[in-house]
Amino acid sequence: MSLEEPEPDVPATVEEQSPDEIAEMLSDHVIGREEHLNAPGYVIRPDAVQDVLSTLKTEAGYDHLSCVTAQEYEDRYESIYHLKKFDDPTQEVSVVVPADRENPVSESADPVFRTADWHEREAYDLVGIEYDDHPDLRRILLPETWQGHPLAADYDQDRPQVVPLRENANPLQEDQRSEQDTDTMFLNIGPHHPATHGVLHLKTTLDGEQVADVESDIGYLHRCEEQICQNGTYRHQIMPYPDRWDYISAGLLNEWAYARAAEDMADIDVPEYAQVIRTMGAELCRIAAHMLAVGTFALDVYGDFTAIFMYAIRDREKAQNILEDLTGQRLMFNYFRLGGVVWDLPEPREEFFEKTRDFLEDLPEALEEYHDLISGNEILQMRTIDTGVLPPEVAKSYGATGPVARGSGIDYDLRRDDPYGYYDELDWDVVTEDGCDNYSRLLVRLREVEESAKIIEQCIDLLEDWPEEDRTIQANVPRTLKPDDDAEIYSAVEGAKGELGIYMRSDGTDKPARFKIRSPCFSNLQTLPEMAEGEYVPDLIAALGSLDIVLGEVDR
Amino acid sequence: MSSDNRPFVTDDSQVLTDTRDARMTGEDNRFNSKLREAFGSSPFILTKFDKFMNWVRGSSMFMLQFGIACCSIEMMHTYAVKHDLDRFGAGVPRASPRQADVIIVPGTIVSKFAPRMKRVYDQMPEPKFVIGMGSCTISGGPFQEGYNVIKGAEEVIPVDIHVPGCPPRPEALVYGVAKLQERIANGESSPVTVKPYELEQFGDLDRDEIVDQLAQEIDEEDLVMRYNWADSP
Ligand code: SF4
Repeated sequence: MSLEEPEPDVPATVEEQSPDEIAEMLSDHVIGREEHLNAPGYVIRPDAVQDVLSTLKTEAGYDHLSCVTAQEYEDRYESIYHLKKFDDPTQEVSVVVPADRENPVSESADPVFRTADWHEREAYDLVGIEYDDHPDLRRILLPETWQGHPLAADYDQDRPQVVPLRENANPLQEDQRSEQDTDTMFLNIGPHHPATHGVLHLKTTLDGEQVADVESDIGYLHRCEEQICQNGTYRHQIMPYPDRWDYISAGLLNEWAYARAAEDMADIDVPEYAQVIRTMGAELCRIAAHMLAVGTFALDVYGDFTAIFMYAIRDREKAQNILEDLTGQRLMFNYFRLGGVVWDLPEPREEFFEKTRDFLEDLPEALEEYHDLISGNEILQMRTIDTGVLPPEVAKSYGATGPVARGSGIDYDLRRDDPYGYYDELDWDVVTEDGCDNYSRLLVRLREVEESAKIIEQCIDLLEDWPEEDRTIQANVPRTLKPDDDAEIYSAVEGAKGELGIYMRSDGTDKPARFKIRSPCFSNLQTLPEMAEGEYVPDLIAALGSLDIVLGEVDR
Repeated sequence: MSSDNRPFVTDDSQVLTDTRDARMTGEDNRFNSKLREAFGSSPFILTKFDKFMNWVRGSSMFMLQFGIACCSIEMMHTYAVKHDLDRFGAGVPRASPRQADVIIVPGTIVSKFAPRMKRVYDQMPEPKFVIGMGSCTISGGPFQEGYNVIKGAEEVIPVDIHVPGCPPRPEALVYGVAKLQERIANGESSPVTVKPYELEQFGDLDRDEIVDQLAQEIDEEDLVMRYNWADSP
């Protein structure tokens, strides 16, 4: 973290309330207290959700609803609202809302935090809790005709299902969908479309060339990641899956999310040497991920499959080669282990360092090229400056994080604000831009590549001089890991797209009883209507590109 | 050539003999391309028309620009610099299925997407070929146990070549494409698989419990796909 540049809007101390003060603030809404490993938990009445959350938001400053976890117990359902502060994410509270076993209903948090909309729809879809007062409680990930709620206890996976194919049946058949306003036209973008970066379906209503309404239809890549992690053992079987959430080479960043949560839960210390390797690997991943983001963004805006896209891939290839040397795989690294990493740097070490240094040395020149071709280009500026505007307040309400939030001037980066790994020992800056538009988000990514390069360089210096006898890559971790019964934790790291959080609850066995992934893209994608409505269709595409979503992580 | 009344003599014993001899005897094999070998010394080739068509087809394939999951990242790398699938006459991604010959299925197929993929496949003009990329398209791969995951692309569309890996390296995909080209050039037809998942009209489904339950929600004419997670291999 850099100390040279004091950030005035991040005061060193954000006012912190003690657990008892908060309990007092919430007065008789609280019906019980819990202790989660990351935060105090308050059990509240199911009809007081809006009251409690708005009190916490306005009076205590918990302005970031990072995640909503739903789960089923033997005697009740439960939704947990994980709250944080954008100014200091180490201050957290969990609001636990029990719901009746027979008739699971609780109040929706949507009026307080816009991001609750999708999170609660997901909870309804997968677990089966219903939310009163929710504007639009439908299935979100599974097809609308699905029967049963797959993460509920009584779900029978062997039952047959029927899925209809209604949309896209014949795009030309009925052009005017809306009865009141026949000037509008309905347009499907996706689920198979080059500009959606995967299998996303945008139901767009156009008024002339302007977007009157856009609704994202997701779930075309819902691979049951949570179920699969719940069926895997902590020690070995879960680690390969994080690689596949955000698969744009961001594997190590995702692995870290799981590693962090599990290590906190089981109280494992990671040797310093392994932390440095992790930090270096993670930042290499970030560079690769941002390169692809920039390349595909240019592809969306220019439709240019030649220069910029190829340059981006060229630089990614270099990063991937280094990662391959380190981990043995190009994309799905599976390199972290609980308590460290799986093996040391490749031998001969000098060669590895040299290769990485070469990459870093060439990077400024490559970035220069990108700036020439992209950010300095008038056409791109015309397309992106002041389009897709996302004001910071809106971004916060939707729980946007990562480059999307930082492009709206929100100074929030978990690497600095909730330090883990080796980040707080190194010298680097958090990048923010105040433009709030597509251009700022692009710039943030390009500048973050520079910062990542700085971090990697320092890590290499450290690793080079690391005394040979101290190179411990893994802590001692028992072969089977069984965290304490009923331990609950939510912890997050800064993934390539933003805050990637994991909620885990243990039940005393070697597998988690509930495993919930808070994916940054899921929250970021929710902001799309805010950015695109009223704009032209091409700006919608640019806005979508600048969000840099990856569907594996949106749908999980 | 003499200057009498036969101006158009092509006595090939006298034309270009030197070069040809050198080539035939192996002294100078600069011109011994595959094509030359196929042509021999004569300017004609005799071939069956469909054989010729197969050869052409295999040598110029238009791929569908189609990304699903993690494997599509490696697929993009295969198209782009370094691996450059274009070198093998197979690297022009087409955005529309109506212009494409080959669909690479790069990733996990889930229940919501399978009917759409089937539709995209149906929109491609014949003859069409399918490359399944990655373990997910073979069996569901790492996600096979998932409640929502289709256990392999072959449940939905017939697949010509499977490229295993998770994800396969770009080199592996290139190899898969080359193999497909070889098969096409040899006229080996694509396998016909029994497809358990078909798009049907809802009204045509066998009536059972689930169909009765959904009768309110789905029109008789709506196209549907029926899944049976437990029954697929
Ligand atoms: S085979 Fe592996 S890499 Fe490919 S889509 Fe499936 S999980 Fe992803």
